[in-house]
Amino acid sequence: MMESLQSSLHFLVSGFAALTWQQAVMIAVGCLLLYLGIAKDYEPLLLLPIGFGAVLVNLPLTGLMEEDGLLRFFYNTGVLTEVFPCLIFVGIGAMTDFRPLLTRPSILLLGAAGQFGIFLTIILALGLGMTQLDAVAVGVIGACDGPTAIYVTSQYAPHLLGPVSVAAYSYMSLVPLVQPPIMRALTTEKERKIVMKITKEKVSQTVCIIFPIAVTIVTCLIAPKGAPLMGMIMLGNLMRESGVVARLVGAAENEIPNVVTLLLGLSIGATMQADKFLNTTTLLVLGLGLLAIMLDTVMGVMFGKLMCFVTKGQVNPLIGAAGISAYPMAARVAQVQGQRYNKRNYLLMHAMGANTGGQVGSVMAAGIMLSIIQGLGLG
Amino acid sequence: MDNVKFGVIMTTLGMGGTLFSLWLLTLVMSALKKAFPERPETPAGGAGKEAGK
Repeated sequence: MMESLQSSLHFLVSGFAALTWQQAVMIAVGCLLLYLGIAKDYEPLLLLPIGFGAVLVNLPLTGLMEEDGLLRFFYNTGVLTEVFPCLIFVGIGAMTDFRPLLTRPSILLLGAAGQFGIFLTIILALGLGMTQLDAVAVGVIGACDGPTAIYVTSQYAPHLLGPVSVAAYSYMSLVPLVQPPIMRALTTEKERKIVMKITKEKVSQTVCIIFPIAVTIVTCLIAPKGAPLMGMIMLGNLMRESGVVARLVGAAENEIPNVVTLLLGLSIGATMQADKFLNTTTLLVLGLGLLAIMLDTVMGVMFGKLMCFVTKGQVNPLIGAAGISAYPMAARVAQVQGQRYNKRNYLLMHAMGANTGGQVGSVMAAGIMLSIIQGLGLG
Repeated sequence: MDNVKFGVIMTTLGMGGTLFSLWLLTLVMSALKKAFPERPETPAGGAGKEAGK
């Protein structure tokens, strides 16, 4: 009797005995993510499940990421197969209004410049000794687009999925802090005061319907490997603009992204196991990820200055910073900065155009990277 | 393939390809807008519909 009691008691406290200091640190990291999501409102939809997943997976003897574990099942089913990021993209497409971009198509070019940080970061990562595919995974944090970063990383560097996803989502919420100093440093006060004309031109519904179809065909012919991402975002947008599948649009805007975000967040958190996460590579990934977003902003603002010069002062370079995929935070930052220097300046509409351009640009950049990797025989 | 070659190819083709693709899309958007311009609604049709109700 006493022996059975002792063995049962031992089993009950075995979790405490098996807890390593590395796991304790990772549980603390998970709690920090929960704090940032709950108390600071930094991307709570993602940071809450990620943080909780990180806590769960670092509790010893739970077996959640072992072959028949629950979190392993979510991870294998949704992340390794790349289904989760693609489903999120259907929702993003259904929630995105491309009219501000269609009103002034040239703004789309800012969405290209806003991705240059990705490629500059790849060079830096290679210089710091990372492998080629790891460097691509780190660079794609600069897309400022969580699903894209997860999609690329899960294909070519799944061991970096945890730090890349955490960096991609947490830095996205730091855009209002990261961008303004760079925007101010690279522009003159005169440039920041430029008032952009409000275009009253309306875009026909036919154009809005054909746009996602045309974008899918053109971009997938250029970069076929990006088809799952671009195809899904444009499918979502076509459903929205067609106006004939209200039920599907409702699901794409609510139920699908809600369920997928929960499972995706948990799966990402599950990759943050102490033995895989606590190393210098993670610090390198987090540092280079931040740099990627800063370089995106630099290149976007510089391209904005070029457009300002070419159009003889009709484009406010501040909207260049909105050429990243962090929607709609980056557009709001451009609006706030513009109004700070000129109360009568309403940049939001133009910045939204650049921001949606950044969404298309980030997916395009990822598709091109994947196609190049395939072309080089690395993937 | 060595890292320098990979970096140069990725940066040149990546940045150039992204810029070229989006430039192509600006042309597509402009062409779509020209082909299908927004037409002002005809008040007569609208009135008829209202009347039919």
